[in-house]
Amino acid sequence: MLAYLVKRVFQAIAVMLVISLVGFAIQDNLGDPLRELVGQSVSEEVRQELRDELGLNDSFLKQYTRFLGNALQGDLGTSYFFKEPALDVILKKLPATLELVLGATLIIVGLSVPLGVYTAIKPNTILSRLIMGISIVGISIPVFLTAILMIFVFSVEFGWLPSYGRGDVVTVFGHWDTNFATLDGWAHILLPSLALASIMLPLFVRLIRAEMMEVLQSEYVKYAKAKGIRPFRIYFVHALKNTLLPVITVGGVQIGTMVAYTILTETVFQWPGMGFMFLEAVNRVDTPLIVAYLIVVGFIFVLTNTVVDLIYGLVNPTVNLARMGA
Amino acid sequence: MNKLIRIAAAGVMTAALSTVAQAEVTVKVAYDADPVSLDPHEQLSGGTLQLSHMVFDPLVRWTQDLQFEARLAQSWEQIDATTTRFHLRDGVKFHSGNELTAADVEWTFDRLKESPDFKGIFSLFTDVKVIDEDTFDLITSEPYPLVLHTATYIFPMDSKFYTGTTDDGKDKAELVKHGDSFASRNVSGTGPFTVSEREQGVKVVFDRFGGYWDTATKGNVDKIVLTPIKEDPTRVAALLSGDVDFIAPVPPTDLKRVEENDGTNLITMPGTRIITFQMNQNRVEAFKDARVRQAIDYAVNNAGIVDRIMRGFGTVGAQASPAGYLGHDPALAPRFDVEKAKTLMAEAGYADGFEVTMMAPNNRYVNDDKIAQAVASMLSKINIKVDLQTMPKAQYWPKFDERAADMMMIGWHSDTEDSANFHQFLSACPDEATGNGQYNSGNYCNAEADALMNASNSETDAGKRGAMLQKLEGILYEEAAFIPLHWQNLAWGARKGVHAEAIVNALNFPYFGDLVVDK
Repeated sequence: MLAYLVKRVFQAIAVMLVISLVGFAIQDNLGDPLRELVGQSVSEEVRQELRDELGLNDSFLKQYTRFLGNALQGDLGTSYFFKEPALDVILKKLPATLELVLGATLIIVGLSVPLGVYTAIKPNTILSRLIMGISIVGISIPVFLTAILMIFVFSVEFGWLPSYGRGDVVTVFGHWDTNFATLDGWAHILLPSLALASIMLPLFVRLIRAEMMEVLQSEYVKYAKAKGIRPFRIYFVHALKNTLLPVITVGGVQIGTMVAYTILTETVFQWPGMGFMFLEAVNRVDTPLIVAYLIVVGFIFVLTNTVVDLIYGLVNPTVNLARMGA
Repeated sequence: MNKLIRIAAAGVMTAALSTVAQAEVTVKVAYDADPVSLDPHEQLSGGTLQLSHMVFDPLVRWTQDLQFEARLAQSWEQIDATTTRFHLRDGVKFHSGNELTAADVEWTFDRLKESPDFKGIFSLFTDVKVIDEDTFDLITSEPYPLVLHTATYIFPMDSKFYTGTTDDGKDKAELVKHGDSFASRNVSGTGPFTVSEREQGVKVVFDRFGGYWDTATKGNVDKIVLTPIKEDPTRVAALLSGDVDFIAPVPPTDLKRVEENDGTNLITMPGTRIITFQMNQNRVEAFKDARVRQAIDYAVNNAGIVDRIMRGFGTVGAQASPAGYLGHDPALAPRFDVEKAKTLMAEAGYADGFEVTMMAPNNRYVNDDKIAQAVASMLSKINIKVDLQTMPKAQYWPKFDERAADMMMIGWHSDTEDSANFHQFLSACPDEATGNGQYNSGNYCNAEADALMNASNSETDAGKRGAMLQKLEGILYEEAAFIPLHWQNLAWGARKGVHAEAIVNALNFPYFGDLVVDK
């Protein structure tokens, strides 16, 4: 177990080194940060002075080693736009994004299990067909379109829910701004969470349904049925448990992907999280922030995958983490 | 006892009435971006100037019909060819409580001269000489016709507030383009609003300044909450659903929606930013021939672009200067005649056409990529085959600096609201020493045109100056130095009851201090 964790930490470091190198290598192609820092009529001479000041005229190797040296001391550079350490900016935006992902996860978990199980047990009812039909639509429509559609239906036409932003947030535990403490906060997070969940939810419904149907065909379920065990117990205790293994695997990876999907959702809803911040940073050529974001998100991916592997070991006793570490 | 109850009841009623009378007027504003910094000298951009007009006041400002209006300067007179004397308004206080004096203006001027972004505008200004508390002279190195134009950029800062050192030993006056500074986070101006809360990229909250000098204004807004909403559909949805009261810009696709919606008003105005294409004579031999350039101008259907692509949201142009500018010549009409274009191409010996590359941004100007596509297809009619590439502005500007394509798009707004500025940056002979032609990717060069520009820059007689600048526009038109397309219109959306039509202007800095909202 410990050996496995140590191995994972080294993997994580390697992954983040690669990400930082890639991030650094592409930054020259992102554009000229000076363009966003100064007005249009500023002369080339003044631009060059500022470029020198920022160290942008140094060689790639020099810039990268300087970056690594600072990174080792926890300094990922200073954002040109926010004028604060890039890591601070990201950490400040992190709660908004994580709450959004949490909201979407709650929706997905809360809905996908009952819907998936139902459509597996009763595949031929009208309701099941309806659910499957809607899920196809959900998968096919891009997130930003779903989001804009929802804004126009629920905010503009009906006026039920706010159209943008986080609304009233309450600060808890010192620095964490939460949406879940006020009614206004709940109203603001509902649409973005739904939009974010709109891609993953159908995926999970279909996944659970497919796995469940397979399990329902297996010998032990038939045996349980023959034995006269109550259907509820068969479905939710015996069958569902065995369905969940692949779901957890996929789910873990998808939570990471969901952090990436927040870029679209947050942009449409003007949600002040780090996905929106990233897109803005790309538009403004805020290179320190871009590189820092890539590293942080890379870290989140590594982290969720590690946690998923650990859970996997708990759910499935045949997986031996100690051996994997060796 | 009875009496007591009556007194108490009366008290409650008075309190209730007075709260009704004092009900706070809050206006929620959504822009596509928020100001990058609270320091008015850090970046010369629309966002910064917008903020300056809310938190500071200029010496003079532009009215809706592009005239000057006295603000902190109550009057001014020309003393000699290079000196203008300004008299400051009495009893103007900064947010900090300090009194505005001529020394603050001098301090602000010196800081402007240090700002990489603003010093270009002030290059001909040598000094501010303080005469007494309320009087100062603005001195130029040579006779300069744009003294008042430039004075719109002087927003006096509270010199006492910005003097000294912060707790961590930094100079409070420090002007930093990147990184943290006192002035980028703290502010004291004379303007109608103070900044009470600010989270960059999320919101800025402005509160009415109780000691504001302009008591004659009818503006009645107590609080403004400015939220950046980057996405066009979301910004429009926020207005339509009543989440915000005022938005800018309104995208062309939603103009009708905002106008026809019951609860909202659409306000539009012709803008001053000209969208053009430049033809690089150093890269393409054919572009050296004025007939070829004219042919391109004849082949491009400006009116069609405004009508079909901009959905009427632009003013068809044939020159750089918009109406209202000194150099605008109403006689210059847009040219569109494909047959004539073909004849000109044949005369120049290019009847069979040629191939060119074209580049345009896709997120800088309104519908920029679609405009470029339309121009490319129009040019195919006169056998010019265009290889078009569009890209985000972040990648486009480095390409523009490299002059990486034969035809490149550029939009320009004159910082001085003056015609000469267009020529100086877009079509003057490129010269690194003077900085002329910095954005002249066409490498068009005409000594006579440059001489006219230089002469106009020291001609203080408006009549003579106008004639020179109009002649200059005429030359550029005749020679088809570049392809002017249109001036982008400006559009704002406001909730009914928010009387924004009175505070907007062609410069796109609505004067929120004067905004009247129905209670």
